[in-house]
Amino acid sequence: MLVMNDIKKVFRTDLVETHALRDFNLQVDEGDFVAVTGPSGSGKTTFLNIAGLLETFEGGQYLLDGQDVSQLNDKARSQLRNEKIGFIFQSFNLIPDLDLFDNVDVPLRYRGFNAAERKRRIESALEMVGLANRMKHLPAQLSGGQQQRVAIARALAGEPRFLLADEPTGNLDTKMAHSVMELLKEINQAGTTIVMVTHDPSLARDAKRNIYVRDGKVSELHSVGQELPDAANA
Amino acid sequence: MFSYYLRLAFKSLRRNPILSALMVAAIALGIGSSMTTITVNYLMSADPIPEKSDQLYYVQVDSWDPNNPYDDESNDPPNQLTWTDATNLMRAKQAPAQTAMAKSGGIIEPVNQDDKPFEASIRLAFNDFFSMFNVPFLYGNAWSDVADDERQQVIVLTRAINDKVFGGENSVGRSMVMAGKTFRVVGVMDNWQPTPKFYDVNNGAFDEVEEVYMPFYLKEELELPNWGNTNCWKSPEGEGFKAFLQSECINFQMWVELPTQADKADYLAFLDNYAQEQKALGRFPRPLNNRLSNVMEWMENQQVVADDARMMMWLSFMFLAVCLLNTIGLLLAKFTGKSAEIGLRRAVGASKGDLFAQHLVETGLIGVLGGLFGLGLALLGLEGIKSLYGNFVDNLASLDITLVIVGLLLALVSSIAAGLYPTWRACNIAPSSQLKSQ
Repeated sequence: MLVMNDIKKVFRTDLVETHALRDFNLQVDEGDFVAVTGPSGSGKTTFLNIAGLLETFEGGQYLLDGQDVSQLNDKARSQLRNEKIGFIFQSFNLIPDLDLFDNVDVPLRYRGFNAAERKRRIESALEMVGLANRMKHLPAQLSGGQQQRVAIARALAGEPRFLLADEPTGNLDTKMAHSVMELLKEINQAGTTIVMVTHDPSLARDAKRNIYVRDGKVSELHSVGQELPDAANA
Repeated sequence: MFSYYLRLAFKSLRRNPILSALMVAAIALGIGSSMTTITVNYLMSADPIPEKSDQLYYVQVDSWDPNNPYDDESNDPPNQLTWTDATNLMRAKQAPAQTAMAKSGGIIEPVNQDDKPFEASIRLAFNDFFSMFNVPFLYGNAWSDVADDERQQVIVLTRAINDKVFGGENSVGRSMVMAGKTFRVVGVMDNWQPTPKFYDVNNGAFDEVEEVYMPFYLKEELELPNWGNTNCWKSPEGEGFKAFLQSECINFQMWVELPTQADKADYLAFLDNYAQEQKALGRFPRPLNNRLSNVMEWMENQQVVADDARMMMWLSFMFLAVCLLNTIGLLLAKFTGKSAEIGLRRAVGASKGDLFAQHLVETGLIGVLGGLFGLGLALLGLEGIKSLYGNFVDNLASLDITLVIVGLLLALVSSIAAGLYPTWRACNIAPSSQLKSQ
């Protein structure tokens, strides 16, 4: 489903070149739940941005659902992102003056669904995350955990095949983090492929597969249950 | 998507009310000043009788001083006629419709003895005046050809004078005393105010139309005074009113209606023949220089749109440009503040084109709001002009529906132009940098 072969990404300024990814290779299969760990600056987020078509890359090949994305223009990349990928961010990234209904509606607007279809999907997504009764609330009226649930609903409303989560529990307390993680597992069990970047080894253990990124490369692949490097060293 | 973008635009304006208000105010100021001057220029240069402005011609013949042209710079013939030429040309009846005319005035003695006499302006003309210039009638009609020829004491009143003297009743057939003579009312005009007052721009292109109309020859019959500009290149030979009428002094205007270009060529040939006849009689010492100018040509020739009005308009456009530069700065600040939202929208599938359209709708909304407030400021500006310059600009200082539409379109186009760069920048924000840092 997601195949990256020898992906390279360099960030340049006038003074320095930073090789964020070098010869990055990874394959994620349909229905997988992959946790990505690694130290700060190792390239985890760069990988996630490239996987989510938010960043371009200099070398290598990236196949999403068998499609080579390197030559796609902005419109095609946006369409692919809208139809196949859902994002969950550490800081939720909800739009503060839109209520929950309208926040979940954002990706659907760019999909071209009619009003009835959008409404059905929004209600269904909010129902799934347990917030159907708070559709008209603003994000500021919710707790952090609830806000992340709304972000998950937004990511799921378009029924993507691929969910990318960047530190989805990073801003939540342990209880809320556990709750969100349970929700992600449910979503994965329902068939959605998930790639999650996290610093938290305990959360990574809940994934089906772990990868460890260091210096822009996948340095270790772990099966579930194997000991992961300590996040404190990350 | 337009309605969605419009809803987002309203929300965005509410999100930063002070910033939004500043942008709307900047555009409103620019539009207000521009629309004030555009309105004055537009009305100054408007076609006052579009349905036939290319068929009505102002007549000029060069009866002026052999040693000095009437106008040193342009070598144009005089802009008015002598009594002799006006009456000769009228008697020749070479145009399908024609009218010589002059401005005068007199004292009206109201029918009600309790009302005080008052002065009113008079337009001396031939009966074709009313049909040529499409003058609307409330009661009655124009006087007849016979009334012109026999110098009958008949008058047509404006609606305002009829209201004043006859209380607004149908006064056709009733008598009215003016300049010490009794006149019979044959018609009452409905409201009529061509702007500019093209038929006599020599005497105030933006003045009110005259209040009373009567046959041209009554000028001589009743020795009505000259109102308006009178110019002479040599003194009348003798004293008194008749000497003035027989002099080379110019105080009279003439219009002819010539439906086709062939009619115009024929009439111009007639004018040249007439000038040759006058040369044979010892008049018209200058080379042949006769003109026929249609309405818009005549407005241009007489420089109805004043140079300082044009200058003011360009200055106001420059002010609008300054306001738009400020708006660009404010939009940059506003859209920078929306970087996180823009990043999020990009992440969930918005293309650069989608975001460009969304933000152009937002700048367009700011422009329309600025335009609406700007039109309000333009109305205030026009009222200011009225209070500064008095009644003579009354007919210029008003917004019509065309100007309202122009104002809103100008605001919309200006704001969208101002929004292009901030919008382009907003669309090119790297989403990944915004999503992590929110």
